[in-house]
Amino acid sequence: MNAASAASGSLFIWRVLLLAQLKETPGRLLITVAAIALGVALGGAVFLVNEAALNEFGLATKRLVGEADVVVRGPREGFSEQILVSLARDAAVEVASPVLELNVALPGRRDTLKVLGLDPFRAATLQPALIGEIGADIFKLFAPDGIYLSNSAAQELDLRRGDSLQVIVGNAPTTLRVLGILSEDNYVQALGLMDLASAQWTLQRIGQLNRIDLRLAPGTDVEAFRRALALSLPSGVVAVAPQVERDRAVSVTRAYRVNLNMLALVALWTGAFLVFSTQSLAVLRRRRSLALLRALGATQGQVQWSLIGEGAVLGAAGSLLGVLLAALIAAAVLKFLTGDLGNGQLRAVGASLRSGLMPILMFFMLGTLVAGIGAWLPARAAARQAPARALKGGDGDYAVVARTSWRFGLGLLALGSGLAWLPPVAGLPVFGYAAIAALLFGAVLLLPALTLRALGLAPGTHRIVLDTAVAQLRENVGISTLSLASVIVSFSLMVAMAIMVYSFRVSFEHWLGKLLPADLQIREPVGNDTAYWTALDQDGMASVAGVSRIEFRRTTHLLLDSERAPITLIARAETAAQAAGELPLIRSMAQPPAGATPPAWISEALQDLYGYKLGDRISLPLAGRSRTFTVAGIWRDYARLSGAVVITRPAYIEASGDRSANEGSIWLEASADPAAIEAALRARFARGDSVEILTSSALRERSLQIFDRAFAITYALEAIAVIIGLMGVSFAASSTALARRAEFGMLRHVGMMRRQVVGMLAAEGILTSVFGVAYGLALGTGLSLVLVFVVNRQSFNWSIDLAVPAWQLGVLCATLILAAALTAIWSGRAALSIDAVRAVREDW
Amino acid sequence: MQNKQDDPAVLRLENLSKRYSLDRPAVFDGIDLTLRQGEYLAVMGESGVGKSTLLNLLAGLDRPDNGKVFLEGVDLSGLDDDATTLLRRRAVGFVFQAFHVLTYLSVEQNVALPLDLLGVAEPERTQRTMEMLTGVGLASLAKRPARELSGGEMQRLAIARALVHRPRLLLADEPTGNLDPRSAAQTLELLRSQVKANAGAGILITHSRTAAETADRIVVLDSRGLHPPEPYV
Repeated sequence: MNAASAASGSLFIWRVLLLAQLKETPGRLLITVAAIALGVALGGAVFLVNEAALNEFGLATKRLVGEADVVVRGPREGFSEQILVSLARDAAVEVASPVLELNVALPGRRDTLKVLGLDPFRAATLQPALIGEIGADIFKLFAPDGIYLSNSAAQELDLRRGDSLQVIVGNAPTTLRVLGILSEDNYVQALGLMDLASAQWTLQRIGQLNRIDLRLAPGTDVEAFRRALALSLPSGVVAVAPQVERDRAVSVTRAYRVNLNMLALVALWTGAFLVFSTQSLAVLRRRRSLALLRALGATQGQVQWSLIGEGAVLGAAGSLLGVLLAALIAAAVLKFLTGDLGNGQLRAVGASLRSGLMPILMFFMLGTLVAGIGAWLPARAAARQAPARALKGGDGDYAVVARTSWRFGLGLLALGSGLAWLPPVAGLPVFGYAAIAALLFGAVLLLPALTLRALGLAPGTHRIVLDTAVAQLRENVGISTLSLASVIVSFSLMVAMAIMVYSFRVSFEHWLGKLLPADLQIREPVGNDTAYWTALDQDGMASVAGVSRIEFRRTTHLLLDSERAPITLIARAETAAQAAGELPLIRSMAQPPAGATPPAWISEALQDLYGYKLGDRISLPLAGRSRTFTVAGIWRDYARLSGAVVITRPAYIEASGDRSANEGSIWLEASADPAAIEAALRARFARGDSVEILTSSALRERSLQIFDRAFAITYALEAIAVIIGLMGVSFAASSTALARRAEFGMLRHVGMMRRQVVGMLAAEGILTSVFGVAYGLALGTGLSLVLVFVVNRQSFNWSIDLAVPAWQLGVLCATLILAAALTAIWSGRAALSIDAVRAVREDW
Repeated sequence: MQNKQDDPAVLRLENLSKRYSLDRPAVFDGIDLTLRQGEYLAVMGESGVGKSTLLNLLAGLDRPDNGKVFLEGVDLSGLDDDATTLLRRRAVGFVFQAFHVLTYLSVEQNVALPLDLLGVAEPERTQRTMEMLTGVGLASLAKRPARELSGGEMQRLAIARALVHRPRLLLADEPTGNLDPRSAAQTLELLRSQVKANAGAGILITHSRTAAETADRIVVLDSRGLHPPEPYV
């Protein structure tokens, strides 16, 4: 047979089989296509949203950095202008553009406004796109207390040209005048532009900068210059390539994005399992027809390729639908949720779907490929079956399958268990994901052998309904296994996710309790650089009647590594013992160090990202000088992914001279009324209610709400995966029930009542699903260990304690068993509705 | 409903009619038949005349448009599905052309199915099952999976299953249609002997004259209804 005739033969068989399938089971094929579409849509949408948001971040950073070759970046409190003076004198520097970049606190708002103080002339050279239309009338920017707002900022703040904008500097509001609104072409996200001198004056940063953008003279070796410059800069000030600025902005969210992508792909893989079980059942159902084709002269290859083609067609149809849905979902998320997929750190105002054809094509190919893979195994099995045996009917020799697959399954389980112990790759739990995949596939391959063993153990009850059900399952273990595979995969993943999220929530609650021991919490907007309380303000707050004690904290950001996002420095407590006592410590030195190297307590992220250990020395750039601390403890922190370090306030004041604070915990006297204290505290602020004062319980509640919202999307994705899995069970049940119509007919003839037949099917459904649920539960618990101790730990650099949500899992298991039993009964009733008389005559 | 004691016939049909749709002619119309204890009747007819439809009406698996079926003197039209099933479970045995053996059960379990449904307890269950299997020559294969049997063996198993509970009426629908001539002859002989030994009466549906001639009496079903066969020309 030449290649052309073989191909045309395959094509003919493929067409015949596919058309027959379409005619016989259109609903089932439609649902399989829908499952693939759903998987592709979810995976594609998450990818497209993230891509668009990252693209927007990139564009925004590019606008901000402009045409700089090197960016000198310092801590948020800034560095001296003297650095600019010496850089401006350097012959290799063509243009040095000084910048004061601050997140400004706004009255009555929890978020901040990014404001850039620029030298308009130099910025016009280096950031022409950002300056844009201001360039035509650049002198306007020199107006004292004047600010230009981006279109997005103006809309968010509901301001127009000529309006006043209040910002908080120190503990008092300051009024700025809106000079104009920049068009979206200048900058899409929320931003304010000021003249550098005005910004320094208004925001009380006289003589301070925190960024200088440099364009180097032609012919300068940029990298060599940057390296040499980095060595000459004071502690805490770094020289980086512009690209690093963009990467830093997105690296923090990378683990979250990757995990979300993985989760979305779970739906796609579950869809592939659905194709696998649908095709496997279709092959079993058509065993005789396929054997007949082989007997009539179709080669193994022709049968195999035509069946793979069937799966690929389902995949292609689903993928086409999926990519269209993905684009729609992504566009909606970008428009209505500004690209935020749950963690709140990837908001990208103005981001739009700009992805080209490639990602769309990639997801189309991926969906088709996984469907093809799902169809490959059953196609191979069908092609290899002996036609003579298959023509006699029956389920096939699954004892042989079980014997061969269990070794491979055990091997994969061992491999998965080993992979889980390997370290992350580039900060991502690559081996953790590989371990989960290996454990999943291993467990599925063990399924036939374990099902056979479990059914072998079932004792005879001398009750015809139950014994017949067990005997049927034992005989058709292949079909039982196939129907179970997709639901076990999705259910075990859901169990694993449920345990992981519950463990996280329990640990998170415990962490909140430890961090929020006081009655009230008071703070300026998180991440702001301008609002703080002076020592006088602090004394005023402490003197409010009914306040027993206030612990003030100073929170700021430090750049320890030019390639990484800044870490958070928290100065809190008066003594080392007090600081250690207030932290959720995981490990600590028995005796905190004293003397020249005061203690510092680092978060797990700082430990993992920077490699510090207990007892190590850590250098922190404070007020332009490097100060050494001893790592006295490691604490758990779920709030700051980039890492955080705690030092005592006296140590901070000694190193920086900064006595200000921007957060505090307030303990009340026993008889004090929290509402009255809150009112009294607010009265101390000239700006009234703009400072955030909350009871610790309210803050805890709000934090837990945010936590639940962040995980809502993961629950949604997992629920979809389980629904797809249940569809697999439903397909198997209906397919099996239809194939057994003649059997039901015979049983009705010999006097089995309709309800007894239905009872038999229910027993089969319950036995199968109880086994599947128990297996999925065990597998899911195993996978949860990998998620909790490997994927989560390596992705986010924080630990969580294992906790099992027993009653939620119980309800989930019972629901699934009930759903599977109802599905079996429903399928059986559908088969029984066909006249029992006709059923026994169908073979004639 | 007529009382069982008043009617000595195992089966009685009165003016039985069946039609599948209004725009098609009746499958049959006005059929009367009485089958007495010990009688073995063959119903012949060409394909499509309604032989199997008649058999289904007799077993209460289908409802006539007109007329009545009395099984053991009980009017089936007065029974609901459960009652008909219970009557069929006790009083009727079936043998099908396609055997309809449950391949996932052993030979013994297949034969014992009607006894299990009737709740016959051990040791009577096993004793009666083994007696039947001995009667059809399958005792040595009792523990074997049914899927391992040949076609002829499967039909012997089906006969054993149909008679193990000693039904008053055996209904055999083309029982030799799937068998080779030798197996078919053996099956027909077995069927007759077992009906005589274990059942009250039997009806053999067939289109084979040879098969029909193993019965005590032959009737033909055609558009004129049930009537004795025409003599061979």
